Amino acid sequence: MNPLGKLDWSAIPFDQPIIMAASAMMVLGIAFVLGWIVLKGYLPYLWREWLTSVDHKRIGVMYLVLAMLMLLRGFTDAIMMRAQQAVAAGGAQGYLPPEHFDQIFSAHGTIMIFFVAMPLVIGLMNFAVPLQLGIRDVAFPTLNSVSLWLTASGILLTNLSLVVGEFAKTGWVAYPPLSELQFSPGVGVDYYLWALQISGIGTLLTGINFVTTILKTRAPGMGYMRMPVFCWTALASNLLIVAAFPVLTATLAMLLLDRYLGFHFFTTDAGGNPMMYVNLFWVWGHPEVYILVLPAFGVYSEVVATFSGKPLFGYRSMVGASMAICVIAYLVWLHHFFTMGAGAGVNAFFGVMSMIIAVPTGVKIFNWMFTMYGGRVRFTAPILWTIGFMVTFVLGGLTGVLLAVPPADFQLHNSLFLVAHFHHVIIPGVVFGAFAGYHYWFPKAFGFRLDERWGKASFWCWFVGFHLAFMPLYVVGLLGMTRRMQHYDVVSWQPWLLLAAGGAVIILAGIACQAVQLVVSIRAREQLRDVTGDPWNGRTLEWSTPSPPPAWNYAVLPQVGEIDAYWQAKQSPRGREARPAQAREYEAIDMPRNSPTGFITAFFAVITGFALIWHIWWMAAFGVLGAFVTLLFFAFRRQEEVEIPAVEIARFERAREREAAP
Amino acid sequence: MTDTSYDRAPGDQSAPLETEERGSSGLLVYSIGLLLSLILTATSFWAANTTLLWEPGIPLGLAVLAVAQMGIHLVFFLHITTGPDNTNNVLALAFGMLIVTVVVTGSLVIMTNLNDNLMPPAEPMHMQR
Amino acid sequence: MSLTATLDGVPRGIPASEAGPASKRIVVAYGFWIFLLSDIIMFSALFAAYAVLVHATAGGPSGVQLFNQTSVAIETVCLLASSYTCGLMSLAIARRRRFLTYLAAAATFALGAAFLAIELREFAGMIARDATPQRSGFLSAFFTLVGCHGLHVTAGLVWLIVMMAQVAVRGFHDVVQRRLQCFALFWHFLDIVWVWLFTVVYLMGVRP
Repeated sequence: MNPLGKLDWSAIPFDQPIIMAASAMMVLGIAFVLGWIVLKGYLPYLWREWLTSVDHKRIGVMYLVLAMLMLLRGFTDAIMMRAQQAVAAGGAQGYLPPEHFDQIFSAHGTIMIFFVAMPLVIGLMNFAVPLQLGIRDVAFPTLNSVSLWLTASGILLTNLSLVVGEFAKTGWVAYPPLSELQFSPGVGVDYYLWALQISGIGTLLTGINFVTTILKTRAPGMGYMRMPVFCWTALASNLLIVAAFPVLTATLAMLLLDRYLGFHFFTTDAGGNPMMYVNLFWVWGHPEVYILVLPAFGVYSEVVATFSGKPLFGYRSMVGASMAICVIAYLVWLHHFFTMGAGAGVNAFFGVMSMIIAVPTGVKIFNWMFTMYGGRVRFTAPILWTIGFMVTFVLGGLTGVLLAVPPADFQLHNSLFLVAHFHHVIIPGVVFGAFAGYHYWFPKAFGFRLDERWGKASFWCWFVGFHLAFMPLYVVGLLGMTRRMQHYDVVSWQPWLLLAAGGAVIILAGIACQAVQLVVSIRAREQLRDVTGDPWNGRTLEWSTPSPPPAWNYAVLPQVGEIDAYWQAKQSPRGREARPAQAREYEAIDMPRNSPTGFITAFFAVITGFALIWHIWWMAAFGVLGAFVTLLFFAFRRQEEVEIPAVEIARFERAREREAAP
Repeated sequence: MTDTSYDRAPGDQSAPLETEERGSSGLLVYSIGLLLSLILTATSFWAANTTLLWEPGIPLGLAVLAVAQMGIHLVFFLHITTGPDNTNNVLALAFGMLIVTVVVTGSLVIMTNLNDNLMPPAEPMHMQR
Repeated sequence: MSLTATLDGVPRGIPASEAGPASKRIVVAYGFWIFLLSDIIMFSALFAAYAVLVHATAGGPSGVQLFNQTSVAIETVCLLASSYTCGLMSLAIARRRRFLTYLAAAATFALGAAFLAIELREFAGMIARDATPQRSGFLSAFFTLVGCHGLHVTAGLVWLIVMMAQVAVRGFHDVVQRRLQCFALFWHFLDIVWVWLFTVVYLMGVRP
């Protein structure tokens, strides 16, 4: 028995120059950053204040950092695909052999969905929901840290696959029988499966955490109909996480059992049923896209209301629409496999449900428009992202309704029309929403605003680039081009694909603008400083805290009387004459203690995952044992909380009042 | 804190009584639950094996008995009630049951439908009904 | 974490939704309740797979040929009784009676272990008769569904031991009580899943 299982030097793809170059860049980049951190002596600070932090604000920031980094890798995959398809027409083979191209489109989808979009959305919810609810942290802060680090484990494993071994070549959905051992004997699918199982646990724990937080720990007076809309959409999204991720866990587990123990869930022999994988995968898969888009809708609601200077139009219908989307999202999944052979009756039911779900979404769009109508709209970067979303997403949604007609889908399934459709909803929906939220809440997190001009520049690059990159794909899909083609014979498709490649380059410029924006803003942070804590004249409670808020968020939990509690407080004369901090009495606050549990558990998760991928059984057992021992340490710890003395709180509040005084 | 009469943790019995009182009434509650569950279990085993019942109805009858026993567990062991202090718990449970129903029923309907539309297999390998 | 509010007293008549953050006991138990629901949903996916594959015997043995109702009946009584003793343990914990707690916990553990022993023996017997999970889709689904429940029971037994260690070390501290409440929820939930398992897999499965 080989002590290193299937692992040997041939796992590193020395014979593939592109992969070796990419790996080298990645490894050198990581080494450089780590070296800089260690040499500058930042490691103790990093460990104490960030890696072991259970503070939702810090965890939110770390999620966003992970997401932005993975956006770079996912986008690199995208540019490589566009470049390949731009040249591989007629007899040309392009520069990517099929085995590599297949890994790229699989990694692109996996990374973008699981390691960019999910962390973006979860990061924003982490940062903003407790602040908006007027509380100090989520219900289970240490669990929150575990979730973050398990997601990071999945990310690490996926990136390891670039250097050691390979990634799946099956597409991001990994349908059997292609993903079964017989047709994918390498480690690629195993990397995919274990990365997703590990990060999936993290996500499920986040779902449990936020459902409990939103339902059970709101500030006094904040009844359900006084919650900000972002919190309602966060609730709907997390309910869907709780409802959907267990199905993914079960499905991937069944595929793992097939691959590792020779079971016959999805094999083509001995009674297996590959179509069942497709069914169960999409039971998770469709709610997943609503998990992603609902919080983005919430961001848009907050942004529109704030920058129109008006309360959100139709609060109740927004809440109703969000919960309706939450339920209907679970009833449409078959539209991902209309062509798999169900009869007309079944196809029709799911087609109709898929069209129905457009209705509550339409309600939201109208509400946003009516909010802006009659308001004094300030055209900041977040509003631009929002308007860009509204214009683009509606069209993308319409192509979805087109595809929801089964006979039409029979022509267009798995063509580039489909690819164009889902990017046409995910990018304006989720990505623009995340960027809007990032710009909107950045001053709250860091104490200074982001540069507006570079923000607008990046918006326009993304908006133009997106359309240039994806509208040609509709055309070429209607002309018959299938998705995931490494090369094609129909030369007349090439001009469209060249346009699409051009669009991708413009999006690259947009991303570059965002990077520049960050650097410029950090450099100019004194000019951009947010002194009052309320840079946008906001409406919800988070803007009543200083920027950045102290660890405890609120020295005294706010007593909430109505929707847009902070706005009401700003308007009322009584609010302006509240007792000054000098005269107020403060009480000590118990805050959750920082803990290395999350980080160390994730460390063992990576070891376990890597070991299982390479069949190093003793290492896997060690990893599981290590995780269990870490849990025991956490279970038996004596000190759960750290007390922040009243004098410190009083000192902070009084200093803040002095700074804010004119 | 603000919990007593407004809200109840899942698994907690209703508003705390005298410790002694709660002890014996608690014992009674669990014992009744055990007894009823045993009766339902025995009934299920009997129903599955008897020839006295109409054949096609037996699976449905077994399902009904299972639902009933689940209810006994929820009420007597988990103390789930429909009181206003238990609303969140009941709603969460209802949500879970809805999802379970959709997943199981939906999958069965879809997979049967797919299979019905499949070409007949060359060898007797696949689902046979 | 205690979310200290500076309300002097709770005025009568305000609904729970406006009463501010709930106590830790409620928050922890509710969070665990949501986790249990997610676990049930995971089981439902495995149930769905089983229901789809129940006839996919690939010429191999089917449920009718394999299942032994007597041992299933004994397993069921063991697990049900362990749920009862777990309830007794909850009562003992509420009354802070250490010895009774240990006793009830030991009974729960023994009954749970008996359940597992019988189940493992059943699995071993099936494998010895070449009814392995690698034989057919039906058997894969059976072993996974029933085995997943068995894994949960095993995890529960380990957890029970750890909890008794916690009681020994820290007595009935708030934290320990909250965790014991979660354990009780978990253990009862496992019995509920078993009700569905023995009904759908074994009782419906022995009918030709």
